Amino acid sequence: MKVEYINPYIISTIDTFKLMIKIDVKPDKPLLKQGNEPLYDISGIIGLSGNAQGAISLSFPKIVALKTISAMIGSEIKIIGPEITDGIGELVNIIAGNAKQHLTEYHLNISLPNVIVGKDHYVSSPSGIPTIIVPFKCEFGDFAMEVSLKTV
Amino acid sequence: MKILIVDDSSTMRRILKTQLASLGVNDIIEASNGEEALTVLQNNMPVDIIMLDWNMPVMDGLTFLKTLRKNNQYNQVKVIMCTSESEKTRVVEAIKEGATNYIVKPFTPEIIKDKLGL
Repeated sequence: MKVEYINPYIISTIDTFKLMIKIDVKPDKPLLKQGNEPLYDISGIIGLSGNAQGAISLSFPKIVALKTISAMIGSEIKIIGPEITDGIGELVNIIAGNAKQHLTEYHLNISLPNVIVGKDHYVSSPSGIPTIIVPFKCEFGDFAMEVSLKTV
Repeated sequence: MKILIVDDSSTMRRILKTQLASLGVNDIIEASNGEEALTVLQNNMPVDIIMLDWNMPVMDGLTFLKTLRKNNQYNQVKVIMCTSESEKTRVVEAIKEGATNYIVKPFTPEIIKDKLGL
């Protein structure tokens, strides 16, 4: 997987958190997904299709998801429910869509988001497509982005 | 001024309502997809501005826009796309089908104010 596939998603994540949530997020070193990475409590996933195929996901621990979406809508939410799942879905939608402008040669289409809720789950990647994990740090805690993309 | 927000995300509708309220716009109606928006629009005219998402289930934003512009009854309604679809080809496509302006998510309140002319 080429590094230039990842950079638009990293930039989009930084910009989206800055503009919509008003916090800075800092990416750590990307790494190839091996299968023994940390587990999370809530993940938003969007499928990618076109001249490249794959998926992008954002995964959060419960407390980070609550703080992130609470900041996004400007009101404190204390439990994982429809407001949080909708917010996580919209967050990954914005990031995936915004990154497209830097990947125009692949004529990407993005799916509607799916959101998975479950303590200590992992996101299984599309078969045969390498996945890059980008850990992020912010004042709310750590979260991760995973990008799987392969040209067709 | 009356604004119709069309977005499948309740989070985004809530954010937009808050930002519009801060700009003095409080007459706001909502729909979660294009099909619902057509019904809401018919029952709530006159509407001045539609803030329209692109990717939605049931009926997406572009299909709604094409349907809207075939009806002369809605000729005076401004349509502001408000979407994560960021490619220039998408912007051109939406303007060609009758969008008045285009906002790419993520956005700030200042962008909303500027694009809506508030």
